[in-house]
Amino acid sequence: MSENKTPVLEVIDLGIDFGGLTAVNDFNMKVFNEEIVGLIGPNGAGKTTVFNMLTKVYQPTRGSIKFLGQDTSKMTVVDMNKAGIARTFQNIRLFSNLSVIDNVKIGMHNSISYNNVDAIFRLKKFHDEENRIQNEAMELLKIFELDDKAEIIAGNLPYGAQRRLEIARAMATNPKLLLLDEPAAGMNPQETQELMTMIRFVRDHFKIAVLLIEHDMKLVMGICERITVLNYGMMLAEGTPEEIQANPHVIKAYLGE
Amino acid sequence: MKTENNFFKKLFAKNYRSRTISFLIIIVGYIVVEALMMSGNLSSMFQSLLVPVTCYIVAAIGLNLNVGVSGELNLGQAGFMCIGAFSGVCVSGALAPFISNGIVRLLMAIVVGAVLAALFGMIIGIPVLKLQGDYLAIVTLAFGEIVKSLINNMYIGFDSEGFQFSFVDNNLHLGPGGKALINGPMGATGTERISTFTIGVLLILAALFIVYNLMYSRSGRAIMACRDNRIAAESVGIHVANTKMLAFVVSASLAGAAGALYGLNYSTLVPSKFGFNLSILILVYVVLGGLGNMTGTIISTIVLVLLPELLRGLADYRMIIYAVILIITMILTNNEKFRGWMAKLKDSLSFKKQPKEVEAHE
Ligand SMILES: Nc1ncnc2c1ncn2[C@@H]1O[C@H](COP(=O)(O)OP(=O)(O)OP(=O)(O)O)[C@@H](O)[C@H]1O
Ligand SMILES: [Mg+2]
Repeated sequence: MSENKTPVLEVIDLGIDFGGLTAVNDFNMKVFNEEIVGLIGPNGAGKTTVFNMLTKVYQPTRGSIKFLGQDTSKMTVVDMNKAGIARTFQNIRLFSNLSVIDNVKIGMHNSISYNNVDAIFRLKKFHDEENRIQNEAMELLKIFELDDKAEIIAGNLPYGAQRRLEIARAMATNPKLLLLDEPAAGMNPQETQELMTMIRFVRDHFKIAVLLIEHDMKLVMGICERITVLNYGMMLAEGTPEEIQANPHVIKAYLGE
Repeated sequence: MKTENNFFKKLFAKNYRSRTISFLIIIVGYIVVEALMMSGNLSSMFQSLLVPVTCYIVAAIGLNLNVGVSGELNLGQAGFMCIGAFSGVCVSGALAPFISNGIVRLLMAIVVGAVLAALFGMIIGIPVLKLQGDYLAIVTLAFGEIVKSLINNMYIGFDSEGFQFSFVDNNLHLGPGGKALINGPMGATGTERISTFTIGVLLILAALFIVYNLMYSRSGRAIMACRDNRIAAESVGIHVANTKMLAFVVSASLAGAAGALYGLNYSTLVPSKFGFNLSILILVYVVLGGLGNMTGTIISTIVLVLLPELLRGLADYRMIIYAVILIITMILTNNEKFRGWMAKLKDSLSFKKQPKEVEAHE
């Protein structure tokens, strides 16, 4: 394992309270470049809350998040994405009245270099950039097998395709760390199998780290190189898929007393 | 020959069709009106509606960007028109001794009206658009009323030392050759009427050009993204407040430009013209024409301005009939079945040509 490299993401003693409720406490984790890491745990364990802290949707109550070696305590949701963290949502959040390709182009918002004057007067820079992102967006859609659906309204896509489009849109922001919140939820076994191939391909092709939350153990054990287990907002275990599967605490947490 | 064919094909391609149709409606409408006027077939009553209609269309196109495309409720479009109208009157009045050409002064008044309204839009937008929820509706509602009562109590004059302001009746102390421009509740009097229908039509074309080109660009996509899903928009690095601000400020500045044109169309203009009713009227044009649909906005504005005039023969009943037509249209446009039926009609009308073309090729 790449222990001696600096991690892409380093989370130290992270915690958050909602009023009196401590949703996550003493959470520690490192994600290295080009790694696929799993975050698992029973319902309500605090997995999505961790994602929301990593993307600053929630401001953590305690602890720190270092991304690419930099402190992120003063950064906003927008800053985190600009720094290189992109995510998908457990309850899909697409721009559902817009076309599939526009969803991806919106992900490219910050990479577009023309301004409003270029746009209003349709100057050369506008056309050059629009052509560039049209091509890049189609490339991304191809990876997620959505290129034949580019002009369809996103809200009309089947469920599995919507999940893939969310990943494509996240990738359009050119991230260094991709957070996937239950990417296989609602997919059939064949779709899940294809999704696993896509996630691996994206990691290899774009050389990024992936952190994913998932309840589908076949997917988690199949593609994650390391797994962190969360229970009642606390870290229960950490290790390779084999270690996690053999861990008595994990088995107890999942199967009950 | 072939490139020409391609050009027309592009104009009516899926992405461009709505744009082309709106421009066509305005240009054809202009030619028809001019022809009617030249042949003396346009009653003076209709002639007096020409400039106001162009003003309403420009303000409504702006409002549709704010309400339809950006999804923020704005109840103060009349307030921005009011700023444009009275600043436009001041600019034109002050420049009259120096620039005799009315068109030049009108254009300058429109620019000043647009810029001032945009500035006020920014001042309101900075604190309000950071909040989520319907705060913009409340604040713009209040803003419209404040602007109206402020100008109701304002006296502005112009003399050799520049603009003079006062909030006390006739306390301007204008120097020799000075001229009072705004007289509190009496508003602007003795304004030189320099607005023309042609400039109004050009202003509509400019508004359409700006709004459409913004809508189909990086900023337009971002505006729609923030409307569709604020949290997702932020997650892909879009600054939501700034994005909504752009739509709001462009909307305000178009209202300001429309207001200047409106103000310079009357020799007397009172601030009470720009009340809450006018804001709602413009909102009705936008909602009835369809949120985000600029062609619809143009058609609904024209129809709703003409309707009460066409119903004038029915005397006392005309406003009742007007209201009934409004309510029926609202109900129909919100009815799933009716909308589906309209969509089918639209499809069968616009796609008829394409299959035929394919057949011809084969
Ligand atoms: N905004 C909030 N306000 C109050 N409590 C919250 C908030 N967000 C999350 N919680 C609480 O934090 C705990 C963890 O929730 P979270 O959504 O992170 O669980 P999860 O591990 O993602 O579960 P699942 O597998 O069901 O998605 C829950 O008890 C939840 O009620
Ligand atoms: Mg969750």
